[in-house]
Amino acid sequence: MKKLADIAHSRAGDKGNILVLSLIPFDSKDFDWLVENITADRVKSHLKGQIKGNVTRYVLPSIHALQFTCEDALAGGVTTSLALDAHGKSLSYALLEMEI
Amino acid sequence: MKDKIRIGCGAGFSGDRIEPALILTEKGNLDYLVLECLAERTIALAQKRKLQNPESGYDVLLEKRLKDLLPLLLHHKTRLVTNMGAANPVAGAKRIIELGKSQNLSIKVAAVIGDDVLEFISGEEHSLENNQPLQSEGKLVSANAYLGVEAILSALATDADIIITGRVADPSLFLAPMIYEFGWELDQFDLLGKGTVLGHLLECAGQLTGGYFADPISKPVPDLDRLGHPFVDVFPDGRGIISKVEGTGGIISERIAKEQLLYEVLDPYQYITPDVIADFSSVQFEKIASNQLQVTGGGGMEKPEKYKVSVGYEAGFKGEGEISYAGSHAVERARLAGEIIEKRIKSLVPNLRVDFIGLNSLHPAELSKNSSPYEVRLRVAGICETMELAQLIGEEVEALYTNGPAGGGGARKMVTQVVGVVSTLLNRDQVKPDVNLLST
Repeated sequence: MKKLADIAHSRAGDKGNILVLSLIPFDSKDFDWLVENITADRVKSHLKGQIKGNVTRYVLPSIHALQFTCEDALAGGVTTSLALDAHGKSLSYALLEMEI
Repeated sequence: MKDKIRIGCGAGFSGDRIEPALILTEKGNLDYLVLECLAERTIALAQKRKLQNPESGYDVLLEKRLKDLLPLLLHHKTRLVTNMGAANPVAGAKRIIELGKSQNLSIKVAAVIGDDVLEFISGEEHSLENNQPLQSEGKLVSANAYLGVEAILSALATDADIIITGRVADPSLFLAPMIYEFGWELDQFDLLGKGTVLGHLLECAGQLTGGYFADPISKPVPDLDRLGHPFVDVFPDGRGIISKVEGTGGIISERIAKEQLLYEVLDPYQYITPDVIADFSSVQFEKIASNQLQVTGGGGMEKPEKYKVSVGYEAGFKGEGEISYAGSHAVERARLAGEIIEKRIKSLVPNLRVDFIGLNSLHPAELSKNSSPYEVRLRVAGICETMELAQLIGEEVEALYTNGPAGGGGARKMVTQVVGVVSTLLNRDQVKPDVNLLST
């Protein structure tokens, strides 16, 4: 079974309780496939235990990248979260676990 | 007017390594060095220190970072721009002057003030996060406006060697020197947008040279143990070339730059700073030599009408306790330990979180359902109103040594004060940035 990690990389960032995940193909030839298949709904469903709010997807053709902005996704945000990884920095690799 | 300036970033957060800034200054041939050391909650904690002692409240690592850096900055004629002033830029500036005197250096320091707007906040303003009055969150301890380039430009116009600020939007620390050196106007939003792209790329320092990127299988990065921090050559048309000092660890690559361009960006088409609403969507990267990446494109629109203000409030105390189990039935014993703690203190600490490190502490449980680790670590955490109650969490976990499942080892306990952060907006005319100039 292939995972997203086999064809793309990602970096996680946080702003308050909002999680931001980039998704960038190793080979830009896979960009169109990602645009077609990795929708905001699919990301929200994959991370349903983590993301409680809306997911917005931004498509960036000039650098062949996708950006997912996930609301209410960090247990309150870094300052008051009880999570071990309060920033959600490790969640890029949770996205990349998605089976494709 | 210069036809190129070089800006390095030698620290990307309050706890960053010390030596990359020294290497950048000594070997980087920099015009400007930026040290970005201020996170949202850092300034609220600094504000609390300032209340205890009016001469404190600046970055706790200021002396450690600057002691060896000061003579290098003067020798190489590199100006420093840093937000290490935190809650008290003037006290930070005084401390730098003292450091200079102790080394017989002649230095001038400009402190940028005016971001502290606590006196203008009534507490009845609504937060951007949940639209409730700010004071409903807890006792307010700090309110700092994200200043833009204006105040830094006034400081650059003096002959200060060092510019120390409190809360300033991170990209503005980089954009101000570009505007000052190239004579860009404050309504040339396209140029300000391009400069903001470069500042945003640099602001996390090592995250642009391979830190927070490296994966030995899919994204190898050489020599992380001596990772160098980046610099950018900026041109008057807003184009930049990012690079790093030769011989340092890490790498400059398009993949890393793409990740960092999007890092913490809520909307890449509208990245809001006090100076400009920048558009990152048209940015392009081109490798022009080994460890040299050209950045073109990007743009901007009219800056926002109001300042964003970051408001810190007292949110109680966080208590944590951890203990490990290994071998046969490790997960079952750790789960039993977690149940014991919940039965004992859940009524006192309703907001209690139980994690199994090695199994499900980082990601949602469904991603680890087939995992079976050899060892697992119970972690219990809760936020409490009093320190005593927060301490109880770790004490109860530690007591599992002799009262809990077999083979529990390596217990640790910790209590931290919690400062929450919410945001609100303030009219521009209520914020009056200013500059204090000090010299040895």
